Amino acid sequence: MRGLQWFNALSAGATPVEGLPDSLKVADGVLGKQAVRFIAVVTDPNNRFPRARSGEVGLLEGWGLAKAVDEAIATGDKRPIIAIVDVPSQAYGRREEALGIHQALAAAADSYARARLAGHPVIALLVGKAMSGAFLAHGYQANRLIALRDPGVMVHAMGKASAARVTLRSVEELEALAASVPPMAYDIDSYASLGLLWETLSVSQIEQPTSDDVARVTDCLVQAIKDVAQPDLKGRLGATNRAASSLVRQLLREQW
Amino acid sequence: METLSFEFPAGQPPKGRALVGCVGSGDLEVLLEPGTAGTLTIQVQTSVNGAQQRWQHLFERIFQEQTPPALKIDIHDFGATPGVVRLRLEQGFEEIGHD
Amino acid sequence: MTDLLTKHSFVELGARQRAKALLDVGTYRELIDPFQRVMSPWLSRQGVVPQADDGVVIAKGSIAGLPVVVAAIEGNFQGGSLGEVGGAKIAGALELAGEDNRNGIPTRAVLLLETGGVRLQEANLGLAAIADIHAAIVDLRQYQPVIGVVAGSVGCFGGMSIAAGLCSYLVVTREARLGLNGPQVIEQEAGLEEYDSRDRPFIWSLTGGEQRFNSGLADRYVADDVVQIQQTVSALLQQGAPEQPRSRRADFYLARLAELDTAAQIEPATVSALYQGERP
Repeated sequence: MRGLQWFNALSAGATPVEGLPDSLKVADGVLGKQAVRFIAVVTDPNNRFPRARSGEVGLLEGWGLAKAVDEAIATGDKRPIIAIVDVPSQAYGRREEALGIHQALAAAADSYARARLAGHPVIALLVGKAMSGAFLAHGYQANRLIALRDPGVMVHAMGKASAARVTLRSVEELEALAASVPPMAYDIDSYASLGLLWETLSVSQIEQPTSDDVARVTDCLVQAIKDVAQPDLKGRLGATNRAASSLVRQLLREQW
Repeated sequence: METLSFEFPAGQPPKGRALVGCVGSGDLEVLLEPGTAGTLTIQVQTSVNGAQQRWQHLFERIFQEQTPPALKIDIHDFGATPGVVRLRLEQGFEEIGHD
Repeated sequence: MTDLLTKHSFVELGARQRAKALLDVGTYRELIDPFQRVMSPWLSRQGVVPQADDGVVIAKGSIAGLPVVVAAIEGNFQGGSLGEVGGAKIAGALELAGEDNRNGIPTRAVLLLETGGVRLQEANLGLAAIADIHAAIVDLRQYQPVIGVVAGSVGCFGGMSIAAGLCSYLVVTREARLGLNGPQVIEQEAGLEEYDSRDRPFIWSLTGGEQRFNSGLADRYVADDVVQIQQTVSALLQQGAPEQPRSRRADFYLARLAELDTAAQIEPATVSALYQGERP
């Protein structure tokens, strides 16, 4: 419910955007003095797709996110887009695979990326889980990633149980490895060491943000919007724990 | 996983280099490059531990038939059988040429 | 002569041979070739044997005289999974192709996708690289078509299935499978009743190349034949960008999904009828 809490807190007084799936919360409001669009994926116990009722990013969510972002692009005012990220996973199900959930998630990533290229500052605020395909569709295309510092905030490619099954390890072995291999870890400090976050910040009540918490986060979002100068994602490169990503790009350029 | 090193007497270095195989299940990747005249060096990175002697004997058997060219060989092994190792090495030698 | 004698399987080729087979004869030039040994900095320390090219081949050249960069994933190495190095090779190549276009050089891209998605030993770095690949495809697609080919036998899954969904055109064979989640993971997360990962005919009927093409989720359905795949890719490159890439058709897909009865479990024919209309 963190995503909804933070969406409500940050978008207080904003105008809700209609015509989207109930699992999406979208509103046009003001941040600092700037008009912005807030977007969150939330739980929807009545979701027509049963495997997407707990905040997962599924078919309706992927295509709906694309629509919500496309509408913001269509305004032509380059308003910043704030993606509030609390997504436990993509939806895992037969209907989802059959109906091409990959294509729905591609649509969401496409729209966020085009918004960025069109000059919208896109900021992702991680307040809970940011998992795998769900994060790729909702947040990972942002110019700036900001994470709240909390054990419940985590970025990963796969849940522990599945990751263990796929890599033929026990969950305990996986956790032991994660402790020594930063990209495999589930905690936000290890993730921060990869250089992908623009900022991390602590709040006093992450589940139910206080007015102080909201003020601090708002200030950080405003700073992040100001900081966006280029439409690309180069700002994520440079960390020691992601050195190979820079080296490969340098070599490609030399040999191009 | 283990990293092993081997050295054998060899002839002259070839001009070319070659890559054969893939680090897939039961297969291996072999990179062959010109080495120093008279010496063949091999470095093996393998998923199977405790096989130093088996690699040594396999290489000895392969190279006793004919003096190999002077090469620097890198092997990335993912559990290949001796037969597959021999096949890949022969492919590699074939590709760089023997002259 | 019969087809059997004249056909050459594309699926049986390794990543490097596939890239060579697509490019005009004599134009293949590999970047960061395996002898440069830019390998995964993360696998060895976990006791996993690395590969010299980290399972990704980047080659420049031309197709029908047009400047092209090909990125080919080797499905036999770690299931075609993308780690930091392989992921950065694809992202970086696409980024440079985009830059080329801004400098007046019309470089196009072809992606040969055989991949399970993120390499779990490099988890978050693989995921980040895939986000970079998505960004670079959307950027390059502003100028030139980006063509995805899923030939088989690994298929295309995880975050890279999203990359496939971003391509201007997608070419599949009968051997291809395309889906977000691997069968094992769906079974693990949703249960056997929802998805039986051992029921191969069931999985192929939902996610196989033929079904994806019949549902409009792929653009060309070709035989596993080097010449046919080469000619198809070449024709698509010459055709230029589509009017509206599939990933921009939110209104269409939302309208179709609104019509679906989601109470019942789904059948393959329902999907093709929903997306393509009933066929005679």
